[in-house]
Formats: sequence, structure tokens, C-alpha cells
Amino acid sequence: MISIRRLTKRYGSFTAVDAIDLEVPRGELFGFLGPNGAGKTTTLRMIAGILRPTAGEISVADVDLLADPIGAKQRLGFIPDRPFIYEKLTGSEFLRFVAGLYDQDGPEVEHRARELLALFDLEEWRDELVESYSHGMRQKLIISSAFVHRPEVIVVDEPMVGLDPKAARILKDLFREYTKRGHTIMMSTHTLEVAETVCDRVAIIQGGRIRAAGTMDELYESVGAGAKGLEELFLRLTGENAARELVEVLDA
Amino acid sequence: MPEGTTGPRRTSAEVTGPRRTTGRQAIITVVEGTTDPAQRGKRPNPSYNHLLRPKVLTAVSRASRSGERSHGWRWTLVAAIGLLFWSFVLFVLTRVLTVFRNTPEIGALLAGKVLGLVFISFFMILLLSNIITALSTFFLAKDLELLVSAPVNWLTLYAAKLTESMLHSSWMIALMAVPIFAAYGWVYQGGLTFPFIAVATFIPFLIIPAIAGAAIVIVLVNAFPARRTKDILSIVAVLTAAGVVLLFRLLRPEKFARPEGLQSLVDFIALLRTPTAPYLPSEWVQRTIMTSLEGNTDWLALYLLWTTAGAMLVMGALLHQKLYTSGFTKAQESTQRWVRGRIARRAGHFLLKPFGILRRELVMKELRVFFRDTTQWSQLILLAVLVIVYVFNVKFLPLSGAGITTFLVNTIPFLNLGLAGFVLASIAARFIFPAVSIEGRTLWLLKSSPLPMRALLWSKFWMGTIPLLVLAVGIVGVTDAMLQVTQFIFAVSIFTIVLLTFAIAGLALGLGAVFPQYDTENAAQIPTSFGGLVFMMISAGLVGAVVMLEARPVYGYLTAEAWGGVPNPSDMYFGFGAAAVLCLVCTFVPLNIALRRLERLEL
Repeated sequence: MISIRRLTKRYGSFTAVDAIDLEVPRGELFGFLGPNGAGKTTTLRMIAGILRPTAGEISVADVDLLADPIGAKQRLGFIPDRPFIYEKLTGSEFLRFVAGLYDQDGPEVEHRARELLALFDLEEWRDELVESYSHGMRQKLIISSAFVHRPEVIVVDEPMVGLDPKAARILKDLFREYTKRGHTIMMSTHTLEVAETVCDRVAIIQGGRIRAAGTMDELYESVGAGAKGLEELFLRLTGENAARELVEVLDA
Repeated sequence: MPEGTTGPRRTSAEVTGPRRTTGRQAIITVVEGTTDPAQRGKRPNPSYNHLLRPKVLTAVSRASRSGERSHGWRWTLVAAIGLLFWSFVLFVLTRVLTVFRNTPEIGALLAGKVLGLVFISFFMILLLSNIITALSTFFLAKDLELLVSAPVNWLTLYAAKLTESMLHSSWMIALMAVPIFAAYGWVYQGGLTFPFIAVATFIPFLIIPAIAGAAIVIVLVNAFPARRTKDILSIVAVLTAAGVVLLFRLLRPEKFARPEGLQSLVDFIALLRTPTAPYLPSEWVQRTIMTSLEGNTDWLALYLLWTTAGAMLVMGALLHQKLYTSGFTKAQESTQRWVRGRIARRAGHFLLKPFGILRRELVMKELRVFFRDTTQWSQLILLAVLVIVYVFNVKFLPLSGAGITTFLVNTIPFLNLGLAGFVLASIAARFIFPAVSIEGRTLWLLKSSPLPMRALLWSKFWMGTIPLLVLAVGIVGVTDAMLQVTQFIFAVSIFTIVLLTFAIAGLALGLGAVFPQYDTENAAQIPTSFGGLVFMMISAGLVGAVVMLEARPVYGYLTAEAWGGVPNPSDMYFGFGAAAVLCLVCTFVPLNIALRRLERLEL
């Protein structure tokens, strides 16, 4: 469903993403992990068609993104890490607008928008201006907007930020049910517990390169015995000497 | 109300949505609908109207909010000022055009020339404004991420963004054009068809600079590999300054003020008949309008306007198709990654050492934020234009030759202080008025720290006032030197401009704190808020009052110099003393009010 070949992004002399290869098949929930500044967001923004790669190929639902951007974007839903919502639109107006971008309207969209708003407890706020929404409500609305046009693939950057426990649980269940029905999700997250419990496979990126990719069992095998939990696995793979640095900082 | 919400305007609308389901059932309901074979294979093509819909809804929402009681009086005030301005322009222009109309031979030529001058100025303003707006609309706007990641056709996106950019850049010029067209139509009895011809002429006149502005920005964004907006804006500033100088040389306004400098009336008529800028749309507008008013419409000029607009639209769209995607990508990368500020930091630490760590860091922070904020940089362009226009206006004042006395030479620079005051007020509105508002999102940090609000306010005052003072003394000193004024007028000019600078800076900072815009993310929008309008009105009143208070002693001195005698000392003490007291009051009172506001502010 998502296929990336030798994907590279350079900003001047700095290489943010360095010739990565990834394959996310249909029906998979794929986790994308890495320290801050590792290249996660840049990769996801290239898949969403917002950034043009310096080199490499991206295909979404078997459509070459660079050759046919409209065709690829039609099949994609994107949730950025710092989403923008028109402050002066209401929740329903925003969902209607996003559906319209994918050429969908009418009673079916209205019904679907209400279903999504109801799912995230926003139905009573649907006619309120977005400017009156809290941070978590905005996040829920953005997530709803990614589902409103029924994409085959969803690319999502840090979806859990700002969500209350109930909404986080709903989102995890929604993602699972969604992929069970043959759709694909690629998600970046810093919440290792989410990656561990929800994702079918994960990839760990650092310095623009994929350090490891596979199921959780495969990753544990790759680092050898002794790694307890994804946190330790993550720290081993990304080479962070966090504990030592912490002690040094506290002693300073 | 959920935690963290800001505007509890909940309606009592009954929820009539789908049957309420909970938990897993609700998720399945949502997910089951995700496969929609009917949609597969259908290529989306959101319409131009659809892309503009959020903007229209936003405008409607703002307008409907303005119906609320608290906003109503503000809009009434703005509308009243607007109507007053229209009436004033209409009145003055009607009087002038009536005089022209009654002047045989050259009356119609003069009216045409004035229209040409007005429209060439409009054209330059529109071009500059469109460049600045297009940069933000096409490359920096926050909705672009949503639109670019959606399957939106390039041509639809271009058309929608061009329309948005054009409307943002042109609305003020369009409003200003209404009384001008009305005055010409009224005095020259344009008849019922004239409004239609005026509109048909004006629309392509607005379209052409909008397309040109967008095209220039697309090329500039692509041309800068480091793609730093600041660099682009610096180039725009240089081009604008060059454009303004060129415009003034093209117009040579001093020639029209001094017709006696020409050899004969024939020379003067020949000068009037010479097109100001034959290849610019402003000239075509002037030709269409004037010939239409004379009953012999020059359709070729109108045809040129529309065909140029059409051709440019096609070329602009092709340019967009070719360069927009790469430009947008570069604009995403444009964030300056590394800031090398070591030398500046050391210099700052050395120079600001006597003020202590707190004040030093406040000042350094102000400087860093200002020079790294592209929205602030774009306003420097306006500053450059204002200063250039001011200096050129003074440079070409016809203050030499027959009939020009020392009295006149010294009176005009004194009155020109008023103009300098307005220039300073405009600059203060752009740079000092927003100073408190732009702290909005960091006030939690400042308020929770042991920083006294007094220190914050005064650091902002000096940060704004010192550059303003240097600029004010500079332009007044330079223009006084150009005009070779007497020592007395020179001293009065400097004394007045220093006091006015302090007062305008105090008013700007104080009123900026009284009418804050903490929510805004674009500092460029703060000066055009209601508080900005109040500040400009009070500043204009202050400048007028100071000039009036000083007029009597200056007049007394100049008449005594010209015809002999001794100026009245009590006039001197009262005039200058009252002006000084007024300026000091306007400096300290708003700052004290602002301080109290900031100290009581609850977040």
C-alpha cells in the first residue's frame, strides 16, 4: 500500500532522510519511531505530497506519487503533527470542506461527519467555531477529517498528542478496526506503549536512516538478549546513552 | 465547557445526528463505511468556489460577530471615518476638477494628468502589496499544508490563491478609487454608462499587478536555494525603493507646480500631453476614463487592459504549473537552520553590561525576535518606502526662484514637521504598537518569572524609541539641511521631533497594551486592528496640536526676522512649553496605564 524506494531528502548540505526503503502492505498498522529530528516528519510529509523528495520513489496504493500526485493523494488521508484548522469554521463546516477537497458531498458526507463527530464526543460542538475548541478537541476534529473521505491509506504524525485517555483508546481501536478491513496506516509516535500494543510492525529511524524494521519479536531478536521492553530496545537501537547523560547533568 | 476552551458560545441546537452508538459499535459504524466502491476511480476535482469557501465563511463569521453589541460601535466608528474620508476626497477633488473644467485648453489635460498620476501611484502600491501578500498566500499560509496534501488541481489552487491574494491586496485601493471615479464622473457628467466603463477599466487594472506579484514571488522563491524569506523580502525592499525613486523621476511633480519654469504655454501643454508611462496599465486606465468622459471612448486602451490581463493570466498560470511545486517545497525548507550570532551576542553582552542580566537578556531577546521574524521584516519595506517618499517630497519642493521668500522657505519645513510626525506614527504603528501583543503566547513565561512588568515595558519602550529617534532626527535633519533653513527653525524642528518621537512611542506602546491582540499569529495584522486605528487617530491629533501650539511663536519669530522687530517671549514660552508638556503627558500617561494593565493581567 505504501512503497518507498531510496527516498532521500536533503536541505542544502544536511541530509534529513537518507535513501530509505520501506514497504507497508495492505491491512498493516505500521509504527515509525525515532528520536527528535531523526527524519520521521520529513518522511511522512514526503509521503503526503507536501515535500518533494530530493531523490527516490513513493507509491501510495499502487499509484506513483510523483507521476500522479492527484491520484495518490485521492487515496490518502494525512494528519500532520501541527495541524491547521480554519478558526472561523465550525467543526461540521470543516469536515464538509475537507470532504469537498476529495469531491465528496451530499447527505452521505453529512451523515459520515456526524458519525465521526459522535465517535469523538464532538457532536454537541459541531456548530461551534473551531476557535472555541480546546487543543484535544482540535486534535479529534483533525483525526475525523482524515477519515471523512474514506481513504485507503492514512499517514499520521503523532496522533496521540493532546488526547484524553478515552479518546486515545477510541483512536487505537479505530486504527485497529480500520486496518482489519484492509486499509493501511503509517503512524509516527513517541509513545512507545502505543507502538508496542497497536502496531503490527515498526521501523526505527535515526539520522535519516532506518536502523531496524520488523515485528516487535524481530526487533528484540536483532538486538540480542537482555532488552526489556520497547523503551530499552529503542535506546539500544538509537545509541542513546540517556542514563549516563542524565547523571552527568544532575551532577553538574 | 471542556477544559481549555476559549469561547463558550454554545448554541442550544438539538443534536439530530445519527443514532447514538457507543464504544466498539461506534467505531465499527465509522470503519464499515470506509470501503466505498462508488468513489473508486472517480477523480476528485474540488472547485474554485470550494477552495474559497472557508474564506467566505470566515468573512461571514467575522461580520456576524461584528453584529454583537461590543463590536457594533467599533464598526460604526470605522464606517463613519470611512464615509468622512470618502466625502472629503470627493469634496476636494470635485472642487479641483471644477476649476480644471472651467480652464480652457489645459483644463482637461490637467485632469487627465492628475488621474494618470493617481493611477500610476495605485499601480506601484498594488504591485508591492501583491508581492508581499502573494508570498504569504502562496507559500506561507497555514492552510496550504491541507490544500497541497489534498487532490487539488494546480490550476484551481492557482486561481483560488490568486483571487485571495488580489482581494487582500486591492480592497483598500478599490475603496480609495470610488470617490475618485465618482468625482470625475460627476464633474465631467459621465452619464449612466460611466460607472460601467469605470468598473470594466478598474477590474483588469487590479488583476494585472496581482498576477505580476504572484509571478515575481514564485520566481524569487525558486531562485533562492537557501530559500530564506528574509532574503526574498530584502530584494523586494530594494526593488521597491528603486521603483519609488523611478516613479518620482517619471512623474517629475515639481514641473507641474512650477509651470513658469517652462519656456511657454505651448511647452507646458506639450508636457501635459506627454504620456506619463505609456506602457503601464495606469496610462490605459487614464486614457479610457478621460476619453469616455469626453464622449469619445478609446476602446483600444480598454482592449489593451483586458488582453494584457488575459495574457498575463495564461503566462502566470503556466509559470505556476512549472514552478509552484518546487517553490513550495523550498518554502518548507526555508527555516533558517543555524543562526550564527556569536559576534552579535558578545557585542550585545559588552554594550548592555551596565544594565544587568535581566535587562540585557530582554533587549537581546527583542532584537533576536525582531530580526528573525519575517513578518516584521516585511514591514521594513513599508518603512523604507515611507522614508523615501518623505525625503523625495521634500527634495523636490519648489522652494527657490521668483516669489519664494525666506519666510516661505522656513515656514514650509516647519509645517512639514507635521508630515514627519505622521510618518513616525505610521512606523510606530507597525513596530511599537504590536510590541505587547506579540508577547501574547509567552506571557505565561514572563508572568510566572520574577520579571517586573515595569522592566519589560521600559525595555520595549527603549527598543522602539531609540531607532525611531535616530530615524526621526535623521530625516528631519537631512531635509532641513536640503532646504537650508535658519538655525532657529533647525532647533525648533529637532526639539519638536524629539518630543513627538517620545510621545508617539509612549502612545503606541501604551495603547498597544490597552488594546492587545494576544491571539494573533501575524504581527502584520496588529496595526490594522481597532486599537491601531485609535492609536493613529490620537497620534494625528497630537501631531496637529503640537504644530498648532508652536505655530504662533514660529510665526512671530519669522515675521520679526523678515520685517524687523522682536518676537514676543511669552508666546515663545507658552507655545513651546505647552507643546513639551503635551508630549510628556502623551509619553508617560499611556505607559503608566499600560503598566497597570500588565500588572493586573490574568492569564
